[in-house]
Amino acid sequence: MELKTLTYIVVFASFALYFGIAWWARAASTKEFYVAGGGVHPVLNGMATAADWMSAASFISMAGLIAFLGYGGSVFLMGWTGGYVLLAMLLAPYLRKHGKFTVPEFIGDRYYSKTARIVAVICLIIASLTYVIGQMKGVGVAFSRFLEVDYGLGLGIGMVVVWVYAVLGGMKGITYTQIAQYCVLIFAYTVPAVFISLQLTGNPIPQIGLGSKMVGEEDIYLLDKLDQVLTDTGFKEYTTAKLGSSLNMFAYTASLMIGTAGLPHVIMRFFTVPTVKDARSSAGWALVFIACLYTVAPAVGAMARMNLMSTLQPAAGPLEYEARPQWFKNWEQTGLLKFEDKNGDGKIQYTADKETNEMVKVDRDIMVLANPEIAQLPNWVIALIAAGGLAAALSTAAGLLLAISSSISHDLMKGVLSPNMSEKGELMASRVVMTLSVLLAGWLGLNPPGFAAGTVALAFGLAASSIFPALMMGIFSKNISSTAGIAGMLAGIGITLFYVFQHKGIMFIPGTAFLGDMEPNWFMGISPNAFGVVGAIVNFVVAWVVTKMTGPAPQEIRDMVDNFRIPAGAGAADTSH
Amino acid sequence: MSSENNSLYWQANVRLMIMCLVVWFVVSFGCGLLLVDVLNNFQLGGYKLGFWFAQQGSIYVFLFLVFFYAFRMNQLDKKFNVQE
Repeated sequence: MELKTLTYIVVFASFALYFGIAWWARAASTKEFYVAGGGVHPVLNGMATAADWMSAASFISMAGLIAFLGYGGSVFLMGWTGGYVLLAMLLAPYLRKHGKFTVPEFIGDRYYSKTARIVAVICLIIASLTYVIGQMKGVGVAFSRFLEVDYGLGLGIGMVVVWVYAVLGGMKGITYTQIAQYCVLIFAYTVPAVFISLQLTGNPIPQIGLGSKMVGEEDIYLLDKLDQVLTDTGFKEYTTAKLGSSLNMFAYTASLMIGTAGLPHVIMRFFTVPTVKDARSSAGWALVFIACLYTVAPAVGAMARMNLMSTLQPAAGPLEYEARPQWFKNWEQTGLLKFEDKNGDGKIQYTADKETNEMVKVDRDIMVLANPEIAQLPNWVIALIAAGGLAAALSTAAGLLLAISSSISHDLMKGVLSPNMSEKGELMASRVVMTLSVLLAGWLGLNPPGFAAGTVALAFGLAASSIFPALMMGIFSKNISSTAGIAGMLAGIGITLFYVFQHKGIMFIPGTAFLGDMEPNWFMGISPNAFGVVGAIVNFVVAWVVTKMTGPAPQEIRDMVDNFRIPAGAGAADTSH
Repeated sequence: MSSENNSLYWQANVRLMIMCLVVWFVVSFGCGLLLVDVLNNFQLGGYKLGFWFAQQGSIYVFLFLVFFYAFRMNQLDKKFNVQE
């Protein structure tokens, strides 16, 4: 069957599945809408968390990022998984025990202040909105590239799909669709990886294949060969190439870890399990399902780079441009690959030297997107990649949209503006807000602000410097006072924004970056994307100092902290179990 | 449940947590970043050892840690009689 027809069938079959689930999992109460009724099995919640967490960036871009950064790409692998250790031990069980619906609600309770709750809502909305733009773009790109549908139309279809199951089912619908989406995306990711590992190393398990010898070259390991090929063409050695200084890698990893633990759409998922015990194990299951992709990604990255190098720079000498393989021609048409015959010899010179390099564009997303073609896999595998990329983008978008809409309907409208709203009214309000959020996200995806590219990193920086420290201090210290919590959040987010803006431009407007995006101007060589951890430290210090001035939190708050530190009586704060 | 019992439970929890976080730090920031050049002198199959910790090993240890913590906490919950 023709590839395009096949892709349509696979993609629309997956959409039909999501709609079916949405109808089955309609939400009837606010508890179902915000936390799926609080009765999701920990393994299933782990699976939904994995889909919630793994975005278009994880699915499409990460392996390519690692392929071109080599060892330096480790910051993403460790940063985006290590955060779950923090989440499991420092936050999830206690937030579940407290038993409320949203992250700002917890912060408002712990810091006994509506102002704290509003500050948390603002931090949440900035972080989630910047993140959702990337997902909407991912949906549009997946449609336009695989189905040759116009970008705007593809985005519209994606919006309708998310709208149906998010508005109908709220957290309940989103949870069960995310479980289905996880299955689709992990299958789509693993199948090509297994085939490529088999072709290159004879071992079907990519994690082991990456540490194995090459097929046909029994005396050399794949990674050693890759190092050798890359250094021969002037690139940095794959297994030792650093990302900036060691301190920068350290700060980058730490920022991604605490940012991961502080992202509200992920934390929120742990409100849906029945008990504190389940919250602890569910974080482990989430990490199992995430690790299924994250331990395969480095193999995909290295093997795809190997394939690229051996295709373009075979041992016999540079490849004739006219002899280039079919996948090369396909991706040239999309503009993701670009060749320019600088010395006019009709051959492809691919080197690290900007002067002589003739592969003027090698988009890193190609490493995942073109992988099945490079490995000459059957058409149904290519069709799967499209469905997998869409599943990754849609599942994350839905989680983010729920975080945004629940913080508006539950925290701002019900919590601050009109506390007397009935449950039915709140459910209606949350559906209206969800609809508006989908429209806003779609509009932003269609007209991405100039700063969209750099903002996913900003979302992590904001979560790391504001939400994570506020939650952690609130649990592990009984003293931190209301004023101190608010001052800490504002100081953390303030210094992070200041640092990012001074290097990337105020609101990312070009030309307003008064220090320029240059390495010599970085504070101790720390790149703006890695600055969240510094913001978090500032947050901790400010909160501690202010508590010294204002005096500790009152007794009833200390009692509340004592209460959520022990599992007994979970659910008491909310409804009966 | 006396408040003394609860605070002993909390101390035991914090001790366990710190122990796990030390391991968490050592495998990722230690083996994967700070000591990577030293460890790269050793091989694990075709992997340089430091590189392996950074791209594979640390993730496996994270997994083990989260389940270990959950398992030990369940025991502590029972021991101090604070389970749900």
